[in-house]
Amino acid sequence: MNFHNIACVYRKELTEWLRDRRTLISTVLVPLLAFPILMVGMVSLSSVLIGKAEKETPKIMVLGGEDSPHILGKLRTVENLEILPTTGDWKHKISEKEIRAAVEIPKNFQASLERNEPETVQIYYYEGEMKSSFGADRVEKFFKDYRENVIKDRLSARNIPGSILNPFEVKQENVAPPEKVSGAALGGLLGYMVILLSMTGAIYPAIDLTAGEKERGTMETILSSPISRLDLVLGKFFLVLSASLTTAILSIISMGTSFYFVGSSGAMSAKDAAVLQLHIGAATVLSVFLMALPLAVLFAAVLMTIALFAKSYKEAQSYLTPMTFVVVIPAVASLLPGIDLTAKLALVPILSTSLVCKEIVAGTFHWNYIMLIFLSSSVYAAMALFLAVKMFQRESVLFRS
Amino acid sequence: MIEARGLSKRFQDKKRGEIRAVDNVSFVCKPGQIYGLLGANGAGKTTALRMLATILEPTDGTALVCGHDVIEAPEKVRASVGFLSTATALYPRLSSQEMVEYFGRLNGLDEAMLKKRVDEIFGRLDMNGFRDRRCDKLSTGMKQKTSIARTLVHDPPVMIFDEPTLGLDIMTARTITAFIRECRENGKTVIFSTHIMSEVEKLCDVIGIIHDGTLLTEGTLPQLRDKYAEHDLEEIFVKVVGPLHSNSEA
Repeated sequence: MNFHNIACVYRKELTEWLRDRRTLISTVLVPLLAFPILMVGMVSLSSVLIGKAEKETPKIMVLGGEDSPHILGKLRTVENLEILPTTGDWKHKISEKEIRAAVEIPKNFQASLERNEPETVQIYYYEGEMKSSFGADRVEKFFKDYRENVIKDRLSARNIPGSILNPFEVKQENVAPPEKVSGAALGGLLGYMVILLSMTGAIYPAIDLTAGEKERGTMETILSSPISRLDLVLGKFFLVLSASLTTAILSIISMGTSFYFVGSSGAMSAKDAAVLQLHIGAATVLSVFLMALPLAVLFAAVLMTIALFAKSYKEAQSYLTPMTFVVVIPAVASLLPGIDLTAKLALVPILSTSLVCKEIVAGTFHWNYIMLIFLSSSVYAAMALFLAVKMFQRESVLFRS
Repeated sequence: MIEARGLSKRFQDKKRGEIRAVDNVSFVCKPGQIYGLLGANGAGKTTALRMLATILEPTDGTALVCGHDVIEAPEKVRASVGFLSTATALYPRLSSQEMVEYFGRLNGLDEAMLKKRVDEIFGRLDMNGFRDRRCDKLSTGMKQKTSIARTLVHDPPVMIFDEPTLGLDIMTARTITAFIRECRENGKTVIFSTHIMSEVEKLCDVIGIIHDGTLLTEGTLPQLRDKYAEHDLEEIFVKVVGPLHSNSEA
């Protein structure tokens, strides 16, 4: 191994990489801008849409209720609720969003209440349609308030205090420190993002430095120089790894900044905003990156190996695109509730790193698992790198036509 | 000095089975001499030269380049060789100078020596006007000059040219042939493959005719003329390869 040659290849690849506009877009601009645009865009859009839906006066229809004029009269006085004359096609009108909901008042409802007989008021709405849900909620609130009043009247008629229905309160209070709360909520996401972006950040340079070189005809040029194949692979590999980590680091900075600004912008409820305020120290972020490092090595080596096999840039892209799913599935699996680290899972690449990152961000350090995962990931990474070097020594791969 | 000893290369092809791209080829090319490997497309010229440049490993046989075995010491062989072909492209996002410097460093030149060599070559090849221009912005002629500078930067004693004028316009091709002559004048060992008869007639001291991976004949041009009783190289080539070519076509 000749470190001078490895450094020489790395410097040359870095120079070319920094001069490539596509690289700057995919490695620097996209990760830096994607999160702010997504977060700010989504939060702004949803707050605009929700605000608009809340301001709307929902149109509803009342089915029956002619024999309960008191309730009907009260319903008509509810602010921000427009009652339209009932028609036979009310279901169709809800589906077509012409009205938001319909409420069915049982026959002789008022008389039944006076006789203490149980009845059911049925509200019809369009599930999954936000404005319809708001309309149905307003109608439901009216009837719940009405029910409260009926209960109060009944109790007072019997001289029973209202507190009899509420002998004690039950409250929940969080005692976990803020970093653990945000860690539990977003810890999995941080690990997931670091893993996914380490992979996506490596795709483009891995293709460019292997299949791209073959396509441009520079592979034969470099193979005619005295550099050994090992030094050549390592020089290229370190560049792919740098790109992968740069993308991941920039994305995390961008994500953290976006969360911070969205959380403090007042566009969200105080509770949601508190969750977004990642109380994560530099040591935690460093730990996550340290755990993700062997995985980034694994990705860089595997992607280079696969891309080298391709004859052209396009062919390499078609090989590497499915790799995203291979990474996303175990990374997403770690976000599912109920999946906890075990010794067996610690040996599963990607999933184990994602799980341990989740724990680290939440402030839990299971050192035995951390060591096991780091070691197993490092072994996988070393194997992948060895495979990449071997591939660079195979003429059938380098000169595949 | 290049000495090929029973050089052979077989490939496995899924459809065609085993292909003998180069079969037991032996020849010697001495310093200050241009050896021309003449053959039709697919004759095995590129594979033979790639083995000499250690880009491919021989299946059987071997070759010595400046005393180094292509199998035992491939890196020493490559350090002694300047390899130029139509397939050896330039890095598009490096400048002409950066391209040459990169190969100088990979060949172990220190910075002071590298600067001296680069200045010398860029001056000699009249490349100073575009030394900072990116390779993807160069004209074909400028690219060829950069490629030549790249092969020359470490002043190798052996030069291997694989169809270096293929697809080039006349003026650019002349730059290349002039450069090949200059290499011979400087005492370098030069091996040169082509299927263009006129280039061989003008340049080569020794000619080897290769077909279907086999070196069918070799000698100086006068020797070949005597042997085949033909003056024109094309006629000699047809006489050597013709019957075999008809068989392989059939």
